[in-house]
Amino acid sequence: MAGVMVEVKNLSKAFGSHVVLDDISFNINENENFVVFGRSGTGKSVLLKCIVGLLVPDKGDIIVHGKSVINLSLEEMNEVRKKMGFLFQGSALYDSMTVRENLEFPLIRNFNFSASEREAKVKDVLEKVGLLQAIDKKPSELSGGMKKRVALARTIITQPELILYDEPTTGLDPITTKEISQLIVELQKDLNVTSIVVTHDLICAKIVADRAIVLRDGKICYEGDITGLETADDLFLKNFFSGELVEADSGEK
Amino acid sequence: MNNLTKDQGNPVAFSKSLTNFFETIAGLSLFSMRFFKDVFLPPYEIGEIKKHMDELGIKTMPIVTVTGFIIGLVLAMQSQPIMKKFGAESFLPGMVALSVVRELGPVLTALIFAGRVSSGIGAELGSMRVTEQIDAMEVSAVNPYKYLVVTRILACTFIMPILTLYVDFLAILGGFIAIALSEGSSFQLYINAVFRSLEFTDLIPGIAKTLVFGFIVGSVGAYKGYNTDGGTVGVGRASTSAVVMSSLLILLTDMVLVRITVWLWPA
Repeated sequence: MAGVMVEVKNLSKAFGSHVVLDDISFNINENENFVVFGRSGTGKSVLLKCIVGLLVPDKGDIIVHGKSVINLSLEEMNEVRKKMGFLFQGSALYDSMTVRENLEFPLIRNFNFSASEREAKVKDVLEKVGLLQAIDKKPSELSGGMKKRVALARTIITQPELILYDEPTTGLDPITTKEISQLIVELQKDLNVTSIVVTHDLICAKIVADRAIVLRDGKICYEGDITGLETADDLFLKNFFSGELVEADSGEK
Repeated sequence: MNNLTKDQGNPVAFSKSLTNFFETIAGLSLFSMRFFKDVFLPPYEIGEIKKHMDELGIKTMPIVTVTGFIIGLVLAMQSQPIMKKFGAESFLPGMVALSVVRELGPVLTALIFAGRVSSGIGAELGSMRVTEQIDAMEVSAVNPYKYLVVTRILACTFIMPILTLYVDFLAILGGFIAIALSEGSSFQLYINAVFRSLEFTDLIPGIAKTLVFGFIVGSVGAYKGYNTDGGTVGVGRASTSAVVMSSLLILLTDMVLVRITVWLWPA
């Protein structure tokens, strides 16, 4: 049986009086594709940022590979981060650098690879995402889907054990959405990584998810497999997954 | 400043403005102090520092060329009739050179540099902040402060004395053109008069000040950009306030530095 990669225990986070995450707990197993669903503003991205240390939770604990990541020093957190990858919603490619420089950036600063080893790694990950021809282009010359692929390549180039995807298919057309989602699954199989995918995109979730949680008002309102989500009786989940407003929370049509 | 005046009628808004002001000062101080800790940590990013120095130098060169030349020219043109009145025309080259080297050159170069560079750094880092590029560096286990901020502050600090020497030279040249046009003085005579009145110790305070001004321009621009929020509007705000704040700080610091340099290197 696979071990636990991430444990989230009684996590809470508020911004002023607005409670975003309210005492949530769940586990993510090794080599699992775990999807976090929820409407916009329900704290999905906040959850990811807490895991990677960009935000500090108000309460609770996050344990990655058996080690708590709360209250670590910057040096200790960076050691944990070297084993993680993060795909940002807007790709977050460094726009002053070419694709090659973007990919080499973490390699130069965190590892001792020679120039030829770096070159081989860059070409290898670009081949994996099907964008070898874009190696010397600037991010401004790439389409939204291509940027996502390059960002994905930058995420996997350091061979992380855990990849966090923040809305990986937002703003993409349905075909590109499927391509990116399939790429996430292929990479998970190839690299044996654990993935946490935050999304509200049903196409992406259906392709990617081994297991999912749904966040609502800062709490987990569903935890289980994706097929269970589609057949759930809960009105909120029905509305969410049908994409139609069957009946609002207040009972109005 | 405008906010302070505008909000004087409303005590709550006034106290909020005052709190913001002190928060900014405290934030900038802490931000700048971090520089002295991170600057000694590897990696030293020499390539980045050189790249920024090239960019900043090239960016500022045209405007400081024009300004430097005109300052010297105008200073000589304005002073000439007065000096003539007192029969002190022979001191004109020395007066131009001393004014430029000790005060006008460093301060004007710093103000132009602030307008051109501080806003640029604010906008660049601000847009990196709002597009999550700084967060991306952080999650890649790279210290973004070290890579983005320290390199820019160092580049500003190193390039300022070079630009100032260049402006000093052009202003002295401008002064010669003004005198030559009206009096027909020879270049040799002018340069001899300049070097007779200038001493090496006149150059030191001017150059020493520019190191401080360069540091101010770099750290204020980086502070405003690094802490940008509020999307593209925030980027514009960071860029504008970086210029205002760095210009103000340059002038305030100059007041203090003039006292110190006069005490250390009396004219």
